[in-house]
Amino acid sequence: MTARLSILEPDGKLVAGAKPSMTDAVLIEALRWMLMSRIYDERATALQRQGLYGVFSPAFGQEASVVGSAMALDPVRDWIVPQYRELMALVRHGYPLERLAAMGMGRVTEAARIPDGVNVLPNQVALATQLPHAAGLAWGLKLQKKDSVVMTYVGDGGSSEGDFHEGLNLAGVQRAPVVFFLSNNQWAISTPRRVQSATPSFALRAAGYGFPGVEVDGNDVLAVYSAATEAVERARAGEGPTLIESVTYRMSFHNTTDNPSLYEDPKQRDDASRRDPIDRVVRYLTRRGLWDEQRNNETRASVRAEVDAALEKAAAFPVVTPQQLFEHIYAELPERLRRQREELSSDGSQA
Amino acid sequence: MTQRNVLEAINNALDEEMSRDPRVMVLGLDVGKLGGVFRATSGLLEKHGAQRVVDTPLAEASIVGASLGLAISGMVPVAEIQFLGFTAQAFHQIGPQLGRYRARSRGRYHCQVTIRAPFGGGIHSPEFHSDAVEAQFVQSPGIKVVMPSNAYDAKGLLIEAIRDPDPVLYCEPDRLYRLGRMEVPDGAYTIPFGKAVIVREGDDITLVAWSAAVESCLLAAERLAGEGISATVVDVRTLVPFDVETVVGAVAKTGRCVVVHEAPLSAGFGAEVVATLASEAFYDLDAPIKRVTSWDVPYPAAPLEGWYLPSVERVVAAARETARD
Repeated sequence: MTARLSILEPDGKLVAGAKPSMTDAVLIEALRWMLMSRIYDERATALQRQGLYGVFSPAFGQEASVVGSAMALDPVRDWIVPQYRELMALVRHGYPLERLAAMGMGRVTEAARIPDGVNVLPNQVALATQLPHAAGLAWGLKLQKKDSVVMTYVGDGGSSEGDFHEGLNLAGVQRAPVVFFLSNNQWAISTPRRVQSATPSFALRAAGYGFPGVEVDGNDVLAVYSAATEAVERARAGEGPTLIESVTYRMSFHNTTDNPSLYEDPKQRDDASRRDPIDRVVRYLTRRGLWDEQRNNETRASVRAEVDAALEKAAAFPVVTPQQLFEHIYAELPERLRRQREELSSDGSQA
Repeated sequence: MTQRNVLEAINNALDEEMSRDPRVMVLGLDVGKLGGVFRATSGLLEKHGAQRVVDTPLAEASIVGASLGLAISGMVPVAEIQFLGFTAQAFHQIGPQLGRYRARSRGRYHCQVTIRAPFGGGIHSPEFHSDAVEAQFVQSPGIKVVMPSNAYDAKGLLIEAIRDPDPVLYCEPDRLYRLGRMEVPDGAYTIPFGKAVIVREGDDITLVAWSAAVESCLLAAERLAGEGISATVVDVRTLVPFDVETVVGAVAKTGRCVVVHEAPLSAGFGAEVVATLASEAFYDLDAPIKRVTSWDVPYPAAPLEGWYLPSVERVVAAARETARD
């Protein structure tokens, strides 16, 4: 059994003997990202209910996992290969929030494109297919002697896919500079974690691939950051991959089509909210005189303003056009597709 | 004059492209010291080194998935799937991932990846090794599907594939690998995709095929000539992009057509060819179009494959009937 790394207790006290892995300034930055994640979740969910946003998966409850892992990366040289619930990791890595929001709001145009120079791959909902991509990307960066590390995300559900095995196995063989960050949020939509695997710990699986597996309290941003930083350093030093199991809890629905009241015991949610990743940082900083109600209100207000500005910008991006169906299919559109594009535009009802 | 068979042409194309472009690498099962189960990658490890000629774990999805990541990192991977039938274990990484990555990233990323995969019957392979599943990938937008039928084309189309910025599934006719040699010059040349070629001209009927079935059609055309039936043979070369113009033009000229492929009948790419001809060459047709294909049954055990594949005899019989209809 792997010991679970924990630095900050839910009551905001450090674990006996543990040292904080972040400076106060960095921790306050992490808190701001976590608040932004939660506020964005609230806004996007509200917009979805008004028909202004597509199907949305909040990171509610998993903010420490998302933010703590991303903050271990250097956006200039490192890469993120996401699953789909790591929105604030992408923003922290340089993907402008308004462009991510544009995608959510159906502006799937050039506005939503990942800007050049932002080392992020597109979200992935064909689960675990991104893991071989991440392994290959890391392997290729290593072949080209680049000083880069790839962080890729998967969940407890995605870990049951065959590509999980294939991706980790290949990464191990090639000693690719990649960190596999498994957010065990206890649910794959309505399917509980115990149904995914009989293993007592997903982190243990790393042994089968010949690299270390680490289990962390995924609601403890200091623990997540510590494990992620160590894994990134190992990868950068040429020591190969790490699997991090971040044990957390999805404190909301899978996505806006979901209804957890049909399958979730309310007690589980109550337990999780006592372990809230944001509350414990607020308690820790408050206890140390670094946070108070005024600071809290000011930070929330500034984050809200930033989120609202991004959503406003996103809503102002151009809407889709039918012609874009034929964009970015191939470098050069083959004749057959050119003819289909003409057929589309000659139909007045669609063009 | 350099004479090469299909296998030597492929090996030569890989070697020349690896020499020309240091980003090009080869990965797959047994591609290293063994040189591949058919020896298509023979000598590459010794010449280009273990970083660029890589034996992978036995896991097709990660061979393709890692190739996608390698391409994004700036490499130009040429992945070998040992037999096309085993793309079943990588299917979700080919069409949905490799094929769509340019579109799903709105052009931010593209995947310069070639997947080489031997296939086809007539060499008494074990189960799953012969399956002609090329049409499955025609329904995977973003993937180009290339089906060379001879050594000269094999080299030119492979170099074109490796240099193409988009992913290419390059299906190799294993039955023809060592069947004979032809002039395949040293040095790089490319054959553009989407250009079918008329490999034999005749007046009475047009046989349309790709890959090893082209060879069957040429043999059939020879026999038909002995019966006084003059056949055109069109080698489609690439299913995606599909050269409608050449095929329609050739069929319009003879007014009669038989489409031949090794894949099963229903929803094979032959159905696409025939449907296209029905809408674009209808008034030039003098007889119903026939298809000679494998049956809609699983690829059989080796002793049965002679009855399963579209034999020269079946092509001749169908052409004879169509020509006299």
